[in-house]
Amino acid sequence: MAVCIAVIAKENYPLYIRSIPTENELKFHYTVHTSLDVVDEKISAMGKALVDQRELYLGLLYPTEDYKVYGYVTNSKVKFVMVVDSSNTALRDNEIRSMFRKLHNSYTDIMCNPFYNPGDRIHSRAFDNMVTSMMMQVC
Amino acid sequence: MEPGPAGAVGGTGTGSGALFLPLSDSEQQRYSELFARCCPPGAAAAPPEAAAGGSSVGELFRASQLPPDTLHQITEVCGAKRVGYFGPAQFYIALKLIAAAQSGFPVRIESIKNELPLPRFMALKNDSEIRYGNPAELHGVKFQVPHATLEKNSYKRTDEGDKQEHKSPPMSPICSPPASPSSYQRTSLSYGYGKSRNGLEQQHGASYEVRHSTHQQDGPSSGNYGAKSACACSTLNRSLSAEREPLDSSAHYADDPWRITEEQRDYYVNQFRSLQPDLNSFISGSVAKNFFTKSKLPIPELSHIWELSDVDCDGALTLAEFCAAFHLVVARKNGYQLPETLPETLLPDYLQAASLKPLHDCTLFDSYSESLPGNQQTRDFNRTEKTSAEEVPDNSALIQDAKKDDKQVLKTSIAIKPIPKEFQHLTVKTVAQESNALKARPRSRSYSSTSIEDAMRKGEEPPTPPPRPQKSHSRASSLDLNKIFQQNAQAMRSGWLPPPPPALPPRPSVTQTEQVSEVELHPQMNRPPSQTEENSSIKKEVVLAQPPSKPVRRKFRPETQALENPELSPTINVTSSLPAVKPHLPVQKQSSKQKRAIQTAIRKNKEANAVLARLNSELQQQLKKTYGKNKINPMLPFILGKLSH
Repeated sequence: MAVCIAVIAKENYPLYIRSIPTENELKFHYTVHTSLDVVDEKISAMGKALVDQRELYLGLLYPTEDYKVYGYVTNSKVKFVMVVDSSNTALRDNEIRSMFRKLHNSYTDIMCNPFYNPGDRIHSRAFDNMVTSMMMQVC
Repeated sequence: MEPGPAGAVGGTGTGSGALFLPLSDSEQQRYSELFARCCPPGAAAAPPEAAAGGSSVGELFRASQLPPDTLHQITEVCGAKRVGYFGPAQFYIALKLIAAAQSGFPVRIESIKNELPLPRFMALKNDSEIRYGNPAELHGVKFQVPHATLEKNSYKRTDEGDKQEHKSPPMSPICSPPASPSSYQRTSLSYGYGKSRNGLEQQHGASYEVRHSTHQQDGPSSGNYGAKSACACSTLNRSLSAEREPLDSSAHYADDPWRITEEQRDYYVNQFRSLQPDLNSFISGSVAKNFFTKSKLPIPELSHIWELSDVDCDGALTLAEFCAAFHLVVARKNGYQLPETLPETLLPDYLQAASLKPLHDCTLFDSYSESLPGNQQTRDFNRTEKTSAEEVPDNSALIQDAKKDDKQVLKTSIAIKPIPKEFQHLTVKTVAQESNALKARPRSRSYSSTSIEDAMRKGEEPPTPPPRPQKSHSRASSLDLNKIFQQNAQAMRSGWLPPPPPALPPRPSVTQTEQVSEVELHPQMNRPPSQTEENSSIKKEVVLAQPPSKPVRRKFRPETQALENPELSPTINVTSSLPAVKPHLPVQKQSSKQKRAIQTAIRKNKEANAVLARLNSELQQQLKKTYGKNKINPMLPFILGKLSH
């Protein structure tokens, strides 16, 4: 269960960012922003020749005391960043991967919508529902 | 019969007093009430001379929830058809007849001579419609609401009545449209979607008017209906906003605004055709985008509508998806809030099923489906058919689709009405099967599963791939060979991608085994496996014979399903008898050719192997030499640089 999920465009501006409604959502935004550097680093480290072989799932980007940040890049350089609560130890890597896969699928569905212009903010209700299902339930 | 009322009426405009029809007091009161209601407001002052407005009378009659046939009969009998309008006399007679019909009496003049209860009409509720029709944000729709409510009410009743009471008549939906167009005549001028719209509406209203009068006299016919939809198509093709106009009133049920009526459906189908002539194909996203943008709905809403209607998320709209999307646009334009999820009645599956049984009861359809075992298969088959165009269905599916497509095109080109008639006629199983398949057919291949969640995903299983081609020596086949080798644990690496055959089989042994194979019989095939497996593991020939047997095994597989290939393959090697048994000679010839080809390939591989191995060793040596001098190498560029100076 993620605490914050963000979709970042190729030019590194957010297409969609949503976090659980806590008192300090800006903190998550900041975390996502800083993790973008790590994402870029991981992408560029692969080298140009290995673009095809580069895996989409980037793994743990940035562990902080309270949170862990996972990253995922599509082939069109759209990044998905997920912030997860560190106390939630039950979350395994596979689950994170599957969550990213779902995100990616939903993102593709959005792209199929001819009324969506790539680069716009994402307002899709289906996408929202899917993200809600992945977010932590705040009691 | 007819002389009766004619005599009673005595011509035009006689008051009810002249009627020889006995009316009780309550009846008198009620009838005059109803008559006053049906009269145009201005004429209320002189009821005896006035004629009730045909449309309002029609609505009232439909509110009686009698089947349209009965209503036509009533109008005939009461003499309105003959005189051409509803005078008070005709009206009162008609009311009496309605009461009779509602009580179960036949529609005859005699029956109204009896004592009858008052005719029952569903109360025309204006409130419920207003509730739907007044969102603040809708521009230009508000004024429509008061006009539209009455139509909507009548529609609601008629359509409900139609759907519930009709089993046979393809005519019934035709009853509903004329009511609305006549009211359109009143309201058309007040519609303000656009100037062009108004112009078109008037045209449209005119055409409707004509048809309305003919309706009264001739009765509905599929021809009229077809002409109407064609006319609708031609006149309203130009602008999307106008297109929606005839659908406004018919779009709304009080209980289910998301249900598509026949008229609407035909309309949508025509619009689809204008964008994409093949009804079984898709409308691409960009085309659809341009089309729906004309509706002047805001883009986010259009985006949401698309999301809802494109259930398979392939960026294209099938006919059913298009109808759903169009319907949502219409609904939105008329003030309905867009739902969060696609209503059930707009699901592509539902729409597909509904398209070919427009007025049939579900029971009827089900009874047919039960009677046709094959129907289930075709329907299931259609359901599991792939949603996206990229996925390739089975060849058999393609053939079926082709057949169905042809028929479908024929069918949809005609109005949908004939289909239910045809449906009734079909008693032959095969023919009915096809027709049912046709009914399922308007969903094109891009059909997803029924549930929306599944449909939203793209993770549908593709249809089973076509059976593997029986190629002789291909990479695919050699990959299979790889499995065999791994099982036997005798693989040797080579430079080629296809798994390396271990060693060249000595020719004579292979031919020997071939000859042996010819002799052996088929049933023995299954017995030797265990023995020959052991033998094969021991003998080198086995391994060598594996490659040649591979193609033979391939051919064998489709023929004998009982055989287990992994087990067989080793056995086939040794004996190479089993495969040869069945399709003896031709297979053998082919297999031997393939064997030779494989053997040459193997030889070449080995040679290449040897060459590469030599090269490798040489390079290794060189590397060792140069490695010793490694320290000097980094300095070389500097040395060279200095030298150049």
